[in-house]
Amino acid sequence: MAEREQIRKPAPAEREAETAAAPSTSERGEELKAELDDLLDEIDEVLETNAEDFVKSYIQKGGQ
Amino acid sequence: MAIPKTLGIETEYGIVHKGTDDPNPIAASSVLINAYLHDAGYRTDNGHDTVHWDFIDETPGMDARGYAPTGAMPPDVETHLVNAVLTNGARYYVDHAHPELSTPECLDARAIVLYDRAAEMIAAQSMRAAIALLPAGEELVLYKNNSDGKGNSYGCHENYLVDRATPFGRIITHCTAHFITRQIYTGAGKVGSEVPGMRTDDVAFQITQRADFFEEEVGLETTLKRPIINTRDEPHADARKYRRLHVIVGDANCSQVATFLKVGTTALVLALTEDDALSRDFTFAAPVASLRQVSHDMTLTQPLELTDGTTITALEVQWELLDHSKKYVEAHGTDNVGGDVALDVLARWEQVLSGLADDPGTLADQIDWVAKYRLIDGYRERHDLDWGDARLRAMDIQYSDLRPDKSLSARVGLVTLVDDADAIEAMTEPPNDTRAFFRGRCLQRFPESVVAANWDSLVFDIGTDALRRVPMMEPLRGTEAHVGTLFDECTSAAELLRRLGN
Repeated sequence: MAEREQIRKPAPAEREAETAAAPSTSERGEELKAELDDLLDEIDEVLETNAEDFVKSYIQKGGQ
Repeated sequence: MAIPKTLGIETEYGIVHKGTDDPNPIAASSVLINAYLHDAGYRTDNGHDTVHWDFIDETPGMDARGYAPTGAMPPDVETHLVNAVLTNGARYYVDHAHPELSTPECLDARAIVLYDRAAEMIAAQSMRAAIALLPAGEELVLYKNNSDGKGNSYGCHENYLVDRATPFGRIITHCTAHFITRQIYTGAGKVGSEVPGMRTDDVAFQITQRADFFEEEVGLETTLKRPIINTRDEPHADARKYRRLHVIVGDANCSQVATFLKVGTTALVLALTEDDALSRDFTFAAPVASLRQVSHDMTLTQPLELTDGTTITALEVQWELLDHSKKYVEAHGTDNVGGDVALDVLARWEQVLSGLADDPGTLADQIDWVAKYRLIDGYRERHDLDWGDARLRAMDIQYSDLRPDKSLSARVGLVTLVDDADAIEAMTEPPNDTRAFFRGRCLQRFPESVVAANWDSLVFDIGTDALRRVPMMEPLRGTEAHVGTLFDECTSAAELLRRLGN
């Protein structure tokens, strides 16, 4: 599901081309909204079952 | 001229022992790490157990200001707990009731992301291995976060090698400005507030895990009265030439882009500081208050007071730091700030600041606090919940669950910067461009002869009367270029030491 992006050094011209080809902010926003809806449809299956107990028992000793 | 930025991060993980009524996090952390060492095939038959950490050179009480204020409490070094050195040059140990993993020394932000991803995989393998050792129904679970939501915090610290000649006051000024304002992309997000004296729900959701726990501007402490600038002066290298800036103010990130920027931008700001290339000081009137103001303001519009009476926003400071960094790289090149990787840092930095200025929601695949907020707020809206609902707090914690099948951060579509195949290799292979190469290769090739290790030395037992210590005071000596051939040619630790002239 996650996009994979390799870090590399694009030539300056290539970098400009990528920027130009990138979807506009609003299109990206719509895409993310649709992905979120799909995620929320399936999320209950992985969530901790008794949230209240889980949160209450999540106690850590302080560290650095 | 700025020195090359040797980098490392150390992450304390939250730990839960499921299936027991009597959890002991220190014992659980030891079981977890021992389970990994056994499962990964580390030697336990050399009469020394695994290779131990050597505390002889550790001086966490040294203060970078040259003095320790009365009443300051340097951290204790716990020597009796599990403390292992891995073949990738990392350190895996129990610290303050948490398992902690320090990356090997790296030279650029991409390598940090790689070794941080490898650390997540080591954590996942540790959890799987521990299940086999524990009674049926019990499990150890690790979380890559920094708070239990009840006022207890644990850290993800960063380390940067800087030139000893740089005035520490200048480091304080510029780094304070960066640490207060970089939160807008390094924050891992948190439901509620843990500021003493505030109600939990006074803040619905904030940008960082850690800001609530900082009370001082500058100081030596790491567990109480935490300071924005930590003054621990323990370079783990030649102290006449180097400082190690120990940064305790950051969040542990699940987003690789956030880790990349956190370390990459800070290395650049430190290079600017060393070369005195920042033409403007951002001296905050109330740094601790500003740190929290930024964390508590998702609109990113909070004006922050400077001592000259003007105000500035976090985004404005970051745009200026980016601008100075770009000019710095144009003038000085990238040799001392991570090579070509620094160009990617600059490009992503700009892209993320543009996204934050325009609509932070568009960065939900890159920045932790945005990804976490989008997920939790979406769930809240769908089920019509209050911000105080336990289900939302549970999601906050579970975002950082390091079990791949339970992790919420693994499901939100975060962009990745390194291949998992490369990270699997990095679980056992050291970086080739720092002294971690020498440490890792020695542990791979001659584990039976290495009796102790720490950041700046290795101790060998080659069967002679005395143990032999090999100092490694230069973080950029002992690389593959220096000693790779030597390892190819030597068949024993004794031969290696002889060839090294030790």
